[in-house]
Formats: sequence, structure tokens, C-alpha cells
Amino acid sequence: MALVEIRDVYKSFQREEQRIDVFTGLTLDIDAGSFTALMGPSGSGKSTLLNLMAGLDKPTSGTVTVAGSQVSTMSPGQLAAWRSRNIGFVFQSFNLLPVLTAYQNVELPLLLTRLSGSERAERVKIALDVVGLADRAGHYPRQLSGGQEQRTAIARAIVADPTLMLLDEPTGQLDAKSSQEVLALLQRLNNEFNKTIVIVTHDAHAAERAKTILHLEKGDLIEKPRMAAVGR
Amino acid sequence: MKYLSLVVANLKRHKLRSILTIASVALALFLFASLRSVTTTMAAAAQFGGARRLVTLNATGLVFPLPLAYGNRIKALPGVTGLSWANWFGGRYGDGKNFFANFAVDAQSYLDIYPEIILPADQKQAFLQDRTGAVIGERLVSQFGWKLGQDVTLQGTIFQGDWTFKIDGIYHPTDPAIGDNVLIFHHDYFDERIGRAGIAGWYIVQIDDPAHAPTVAKAIDDMFRNSSSPTKTGTEREFQASFATMWGNVSFLMSTIGLAVVFAILLVTANAMMMSARERTGEIAVLKTVGFSDGLLFALVMVEAGALALTGAAIGLGAAKILYPAINFNGAGFLPGFKVATSTLVIGALVAIGLMLASGLVPALRAARLPVIQALRKVE
Amino acid sequence: MIPIAYNVRSVVQRPVSTALTALGVGLVVAVFIGMLALANGFSAALAKTGSKQNVIVLRKGADSELSSGLGRDIASIIAADPHVATGADGRPLVSPEVYVLIPLAKSFDTTQIANVVARGISDQAWQVRSNITITEGQKPTSGRAEVCVGSRLTTRFPHTGIGQTLHFAGRDWTVTCHFTAAGSAFESEIWGENEQFMPVFRGEVFQSITFRLKDPASFTEAQRALQADKRMTVDAHREADFYAQQSQLLGRILSFLAVMITAIMAVGAVFGAINTMYAAIASRAPEIGVLLTLGFRPWTVLVSFLAESAFIAVIGGFLGCLFSLPLNGIVTSTTNWSSFSEIAFSFRVTPFLLLIGLIFAVVMGVVGGFFPALRAARLQVVQALR
Repeated sequence: MALVEIRDVYKSFQREEQRIDVFTGLTLDIDAGSFTALMGPSGSGKSTLLNLMAGLDKPTSGTVTVAGSQVSTMSPGQLAAWRSRNIGFVFQSFNLLPVLTAYQNVELPLLLTRLSGSERAERVKIALDVVGLADRAGHYPRQLSGGQEQRTAIARAIVADPTLMLLDEPTGQLDAKSSQEVLALLQRLNNEFNKTIVIVTHDAHAAERAKTILHLEKGDLIEKPRMAAVGR
Repeated sequence: MKYLSLVVANLKRHKLRSILTIASVALALFLFASLRSVTTTMAAAAQFGGARRLVTLNATGLVFPLPLAYGNRIKALPGVTGLSWANWFGGRYGDGKNFFANFAVDAQSYLDIYPEIILPADQKQAFLQDRTGAVIGERLVSQFGWKLGQDVTLQGTIFQGDWTFKIDGIYHPTDPAIGDNVLIFHHDYFDERIGRAGIAGWYIVQIDDPAHAPTVAKAIDDMFRNSSSPTKTGTEREFQASFATMWGNVSFLMSTIGLAVVFAILLVTANAMMMSARERTGEIAVLKTVGFSDGLLFALVMVEAGALALTGAAIGLGAAKILYPAINFNGAGFLPGFKVATSTLVIGALVAIGLMLASGLVPALRAARLPVIQALRKVE
Repeated sequence: MIPIAYNVRSVVQRPVSTALTALGVGLVVAVFIGMLALANGFSAALAKTGSKQNVIVLRKGADSELSSGLGRDIASIIAADPHVATGADGRPLVSPEVYVLIPLAKSFDTTQIANVVARGISDQAWQVRSNITITEGQKPTSGRAEVCVGSRLTTRFPHTGIGQTLHFAGRDWTVTCHFTAAGSAFESEIWGENEQFMPVFRGEVFQSITFRLKDPASFTEAQRALQADKRMTVDAHREADFYAQQSQLLGRILSFLAVMITAIMAVGAVFGAINTMYAAIASRAPEIGVLLTLGFRPWTVLVSFLAESAFIAVIGGFLGCLFSLPLNGIVTSTTNWSSFSEIAFSFRVTPFLLLIGLIFAVVMGVVGGFFPALRAARLQVVQALR
């Protein structure tokens, strides 16, 4: 069984008078331990697909199953709890809380668990070490560079040891050097720590780092995967 | 609470805004506590009055005297265990800007009938033996700098001339409503100087049992009903209460203003909360993505509102509670025993909680109901 | 100059925030006007009591009519004084009067007792005391137990209708008329014949003697003459000054309260304005950057935001004026502790007070908006446009 199973998903939005169909019967598998890049022009539904996988949105019809849970039928309350345990999400524009330090930002998902203060501290330290920002733990986002902010966001995304990492244009606002840092980190997370990663990106360089590239155009996958995803 | 750091961090985001909001709430509740205390102090004064004392006045009006001859007849009635009388003197000291009450009293019986007036035994003796002596309340010492043994001259307004007394004693009242700024002197001396012996302003009648108050009062009034000076007798408490009603609508006025103040401040706090909430839609969306539930976010926003409201309340109410005793405030003599009652503090706290609910509810609901997708789209 | 339309539109675009701030300012202004209207009404009532042309004589040292006592002989001496004006009928315009307080229970709550002034007047009083008009009924007839009730008492105390009977001092008195006195304190009094009141209350003394000056400018001379007269020991005051002085204590208390309460509330409202303006400026930083890039000078930005803050405050000011208008004319009563008598007076909202309220609102807006506007003006373009 694949980690993410998308079966016959239809998704449409009502915008004023028009109904916009994003997906019409999409079927897709994402295997555990894979590193997938989702590419495609604007409006092709890449972000929507990410939101469906994260349980942030529901399909009009069809099912989305992640790690055995049918997220397409869970209630918002259940989804919130589920998300905190299973998903690590990274946005294009960082979305660190400016009033919190890097440490406190990374700690956020752990506040939702029953871990004690010292247990939380341990995990945050590990996460910051992995992304190489242990010495910046006490800094506020405004004191960090773009690349450092994004790496902090990644630390937050891995600190609760989620099943799935979803990144929406993670290098979209970074310069070349910072992009390299972030992408190298992602590769490491996938190779060394076996994290399942799905990134949405415009950036061909970013896509190259992935093991599988999926192209979405008008809600359809139009190219076969670069590498067949053999179960691990 | 582990989420506390989140709440505090949010409040520190705009330190100035948080401080201003807390300050506004503090000011409002200070004002509220002060205004309500005027009302509660007046009501408390109306509570004073040993239930075992009655006051007999001339039925025609407060300003008319009663014959001294009545005294013995009242004392002879069943249920009466003590009697004294006093006369309002209304003397003015200096330029008259600082008002204080002064009476001529039948000294021995007056001090007996008011055990709440505490006076050292030697001072009491000195007073009883000194015809032109006077006993003053302790506040007059701090107000005018008078000292024991000093001579004090009052200008008579109703009873002409300069009246000089020697301060033989300084009393301390055990009931704040009895007033700590009264001057009393000898009725004998008063009678002598005005040359018109035989009048009393009012009688104070002590009875054996509070339950007998209505019967004794009726007995007294019946006795003098058809004489030239009919009487009206009531408990001391009723007497004090009638003074309170003389303030008229002041109480109502204070309450109305208090309400307006609270309402105005509600608006300020609500405004601050909503401004903060509006700026944070993106962040709230991120938190929801991380897995913070709607309910948790609702609670966090409410706690934030609560922190502002309750901190402000603590400061404002606390300041009122401490300030007035510290400056020994008594409303220029009109509000003896002024203090912030516990009931006022409780109501103030409830107001703060109400403030929290009213100002935090809308932003909290908006945070809880925020549709993540839309919010994120705006952010990207 | 930055067009004012920019500010107006911006204000309209954040309606809730603007409304809340304006309302806050409005409430402060309403309370301010309300309290001043109260103090105003009170001093108006007492100021109108008494004319500059009249002199009121009391026993020396008495600080109110209540504590004074003058014998019949003194009344004769004063009536013969050359400074006293004469009426159309040739009689001197002098009114010796009895002044007492009687406890009356109020209509709406009979446990509430007020000490009401009962004035025993002479026939001349109707002329000597100014602005007295009988609105209903007939003057009390001499020799009878009849009284006339002031207009402010008729609605608040029972048994005061024409033909009804008031009971006080152990006797029944028939009400024969109602009178007004141009809003002055006399409207809170009950008037009867002095000869009727004397035996019932005080014996053979009057409390005050009021007369009209033949020549208003001769007051100082008249005062000196009367006070120096060895046959009596009296104080003479100008009637207007005397009653004004009686209102001093309570008037001062009311003014003091007005200022204190309003000051505290104003500080709160200013904080509200500051909060609003800072937030507005923060969210409009890019716009400000554009304005600066276009070439508008920083100080015009300052003025623009100050004007916006003042504008919101003025809206609040108008609201406040609106809220306070219904107060005008509401009658309230309290005890004037100087004379120990019950006095009723109404809130008096005047155009002047409304103007002060508006100005006060603008001041709050400018004070509140100053520092935020300063920050807006100091924004560097680069920062603003980021």
C-alpha cells in the first residue's frame, strides 16, 4: 500500500457564477520514502493537490487516503489532530510567527502533544541541529536570512516526526545559494532519514533533486513518472 | 501552561498597543470603583446606628428645637434605658472652607450612650470637669493641626459671637460612619451663653431591646402629639438614612456615569483586539495547518483578551482600593468612612470578565472559523 | 497638500474600527457635556435667584437665611431707610420673611424625605423678588392658612395641586396657587404669609429682610449705613451675590467632579485614538511610501494623518453632542448643603457647551493622532514599500 492513495478524485471550485473543475477523476499513488516533485503551470491544481493530501481541503468526490487514514471523510477536529501528528507543511513565504524565536517556532507542533517541557526541548534541539541552525535558536525571524527562515520552517515541519512532508514552492522566494541549501537539506532528509517528501515547484533545479517528477496540466497527469516508484 | 508563551508573545507584538489598552481598562475601572464607592459609602452610613438607639426630633422639622423638659418624661417610659441630647451648633472655623460638624451635648450621658466614641479616661475626666472644654475627632487634628490643651475659636453662625473652647480630649471612633471629625462641647455652657435655657436640638434615646423600637417610638410621639412641639421618633438608622436620601439623585448620577465609562472602555478594548486579530489571519492559518484545532485557537484569542482585561482591572481596582485610605479621603467631610467595598471589587472583576468576553468573542470566533485555504491563498 | 478625499475614503474603508473609536470619543464628550450641563443648571438656578437691584439683610454672622433671626423692630427700621425704593402704591418695597425647612415626603417614594423651604412672605415679596409669576390660581389671602407652591415642587411632591391640602407644622394649609420664578431656586419653595408662619414656627422673628434699592449703584452706601446702625447687628448683601455664594460649595463639587471624571475618560479615549491610528498607519505603509515617492513632503503626510485622526474624533464629537441633547431639561434635585434646603434644577445644555464638547473631541483626536502621524511622516520610502 502506498503512503498516499488518491482515488478518482474530482475537485471543483465555485467562483462567482463559474464552476471551475480542477480535477476530474485524478488517481495517484505516492510511496513511502519517495521524493516527488509536482510541476505544472499556474492553475493546474498543484497547490490544491497538496491541500488535499494535507487534509486542508476535501475532494468533491473520490477518496484521499494518507497512511491508512481516509482524510477525505474525517471531521475538521479530527483532521487538526491528525495533521499535527502526520503532516509537516512548509509554505513559500515561510510563515514563521514573527513574535516567536526560531526555537519557539519549531516547538509549535510539539505543544499539541503530551510531551513534557524537557522532552520537547530535546526534539527541538535535534530538529534545529538537522537543519544546521542550532546556534540561531534564540533569534527572531527578522534576524534570520531568507534561507535560514525557510530552514527553520523545515525544522518545524520535521520536529513532530511526521509521516509526510509537503512543501509548496519552498525555494520560490530564495536566492540561488539559499535555494541550494534548502534543497540539499531536503535530499538529506529523504536519503538519511527516509522522509517522504512532496514538493510543488516551478524551479527545474529543484525538481531535479527529486526522485520522481509529476507534471500536472489542467488537473491531469500528463507525463509518466521519471522513475517508476517501486515499493520500498 | 505551555501555551502561555504564545499568548504573551502575541501581546508583546505591539507593546504600546497592549500597554495603552491595559491602561484604558485600568483607568475605567478606577473610575468605576471610585464612583460606586460614593454610593456604597452613603449606603453604609445609613447602616450605622445601634439598633438600640432612637432619635427624637421636632415633628415640624429638623431645624426646630425641643423643650428640655421632655427629657425626664421620655426617661420614665418603659423600655428606655438611657437618654442624652444634643444641639446643632454650626460653628465655623477660620474661613469656613473646611466644614466639620459641631454640637453642644449633655456630656456625661452623651459619652455613655455612644460607646463607639473612644476617649482615654484622663481626657474624658478633664472634659467632664471643664465647662468650656471640647472633645474633637482625630481627623480634626490632622486637618487643622490642633493639639491637646489648645484653645480653639469658632464663629457662631446660628448663635452669634466667638466661642472659644479648650481641647480636652481627642476621640477615636470605632464605627467609621460615626465621623472622625466632630467637635462636641458642653450643653450647660451653651445654655448659659445663649441665655435661653431649656432647649434641645434632638434627643437620643437608648432602649433595652431593638425589638421594642417601634413601641417606644410610638409611645414618645403619642406623649407629645398634642403639645406645642410634637415629636417624631425613629431609629438612629432611619435618621441616618434620611440624610442619605437628601443627596437626591446623586447616586443615580454616579451609576449612570459609571456605566458610560465602562461602555466607552469596552469599545477601546474591543477595537484593540479586533485590530490585532485582523493582522494575524495569515498566522492563524499557519497554526491551523500545523494542527492547532479551531477550539484551541478560540481559547487562545480569548485568553489574550482576558489577559488585557484582567491585568487592567487588577491595576485599576487595586489602585482605587489603596489610594483612598492612603490619602485619608473623606469627600471634604461629606463622605466619612470612604472606602472601596468588597462588593465593588467583585463587580469590577465581573466587569473585566464581561469585557474579556465581549471584546474577545468576535475575534476568537473569526479565528476559529477561519477557512484555512482562503487565508493561505492570501498569504502566498 | 494631500487631498482630504484620501483620508475620508480610508476612514470609510475601515468602518468598524472607525465606528468604535468615534463612539468612544462620543461617550466621553457626552459625559463631559452632561456633567457641565448639570453644574450649569445648578449655578443658573441659583444665579438667577436674586437680583442685583435687591439687598438681603440677615443677622450679623449668619451664613444662610436659616441661621438668621431679625426682630420686628429691625423690619421697621429698614422700611424707613432712605435707600429703599417705593412701589407704585407708595409703600416701601421691603419684604420681611420667615424661612424654615419642612420635611416633605416625595411623590414617587414616600420614604424619601426632602427638606423643603417654606417661606413666610409679606405682600411686597411678589414685587420685590424678581421674576415671580403666578401661573395658576390666586395669591394666598391674608389671615388664612393658605400657601402658594413653586412650580418645581408640584410634580415631585403630593398634595400640591390647587385646592389640595398640605399638612405641615401641625396644621392644614390649602394650596391656592402655583408660581414660577424664571428657573431660580424660588421655584423649589412653598410661600405663605409671614404672619401665618411666625406663630407656628419661630415665634416673633423674621429670618431675612429683602428690599429693592432705589438706586442700584448705591449698594455700598446702603450696606455701610445698615451695618453701622447701632440699633441692630446685621449684614447686608446684594441679593444676587448672596445666592451665588450659597451655590459655591455644591457648584464647586459638581465642577470638580465634571473635570475629574472627564479627564480620566478622556485619557482612555485618547489611548483608543492612538491605537486606532497606529494600526491604520501600519497597514497603510505601502500607500505612504507611494505618496512619498510621488513627491509629497513628509510634513504634509503628518498633517494629513492628524487631520484624519481629528476627523474621526469630530464624528465622535457630534455623536457625543447628540447623546447629550436629550439630557437638556431633565430635572434633578439634591440638597444644597450650604442652606440645607432641597433644590431642584435642570440640566442645561447650551450651544456653548456643545461647542466646547466638539472642540474637546478635536483636541482628543489631535493629541491621540500626533505620535502615529509623526511616525507616518518619518517613514523612509524603502521601509514603507517593502
